[in-house]
Amino acid sequence: MENNDKLIIGGREFNSRFILGSGKYSLKLIEAAVKYAGAELITLAVRRANTKDHENILDYIPKGVTLLPNTSGARNAEEAVRIARLARELGCGDFVKIEIMRDTKYLLPDNAETVKATEILAKEGFVVMPYMYPDLNTARDLVNAGAASVMPLASPIGSNKGLATRDFIQILIDEIDLPIIVDAGIGRPSQACEAMEMGAAAVMSNTALATAGDLPMMADAFRKAIEAGRQAYLSGLGRVLVRGASPSDTLTGFLHD
Amino acid sequence: MVKVNGNEMDIAGMTVSELLEKEGYKPEKVAVELDLEIVPKAQYSSCILKDGSSVEVVSFVGGG
Repeated sequence: MENNDKLIIGGREFNSRFILGSGKYSLKLIEAAVKYAGAELITLAVRRANTKDHENILDYIPKGVTLLPNTSGARNAEEAVRIARLARELGCGDFVKIEIMRDTKYLLPDNAETVKATEILAKEGFVVMPYMYPDLNTARDLVNAGAASVMPLASPIGSNKGLATRDFIQILIDEIDLPIIVDAGIGRPSQACEAMEMGAAAVMSNTALATAGDLPMMADAFRKAIEAGRQAYLSGLGRVLVRGASPSDTLTGFLHD
Repeated sequence: MVKVNGNEMDIAGMTVSELLEKEGYKPEKVAVELDLEIVPKAQYSSCILKDGSSVEVVSFVGGG
């Protein structure tokens, strides 16, 4: 099948709809993960530099992959803005995934602070991709604040629990005119596929791969699932009967004539 | 004293460049914040650290 189906974020075109995380696994696996995932966008975090650590993650990320720094560690909009500016100063573009958490038990995003940070950073020319709790009002505020996409959580970060917020993500997909990227909690390829069937623009995953038995193989499985879900969405899913059945073949009934 | 990534250091009067070299940071792989303001790379050799200042030196790590 010819692929003219591009994901467009901040004016940039992507063929892949699988956004890869780079946390919680060996830097040496990143290249294989990117390759098998087919990923063109990879998330990173910003931390105090360690002079003893001579390995730098940038040396492990293949060329041509767009970097998406996150603001993890930020507890409010002000801290997220600081981290985003530092990330941009690191010289790898102006994409940023806003992640603001006040709560360390469930790691749930603070939607109100996220809207504030989005507004500030969008005005400064960042391509802002806010991670958020799937709430339609917040999503509309994010659109008005200048977000380039909206990234609702499927279930708590790192939980691999899947689409716990399914119905609310569907509302965002139906109502928000920006790419809806399902982030956090997607644990299996089938769940990624389902999100794509629902009409999500992309899926972001980290822990599902980092905690898998064979990371590159799981990356490949996710890539296939995301492509399958996207194709299913584009082809239009068959309808569901509320009750009863419908035969798949013509009932000639000749045995009973 | 100057606070660098949370640690007090006796380096007042040094430039940002000198600090990075002394501590073994690669200038092209880090970003520097001085008292909450980003220091552009072009100013590393002219920006002098004052007593009581706070410096953050950050880089990218893996993350989701």
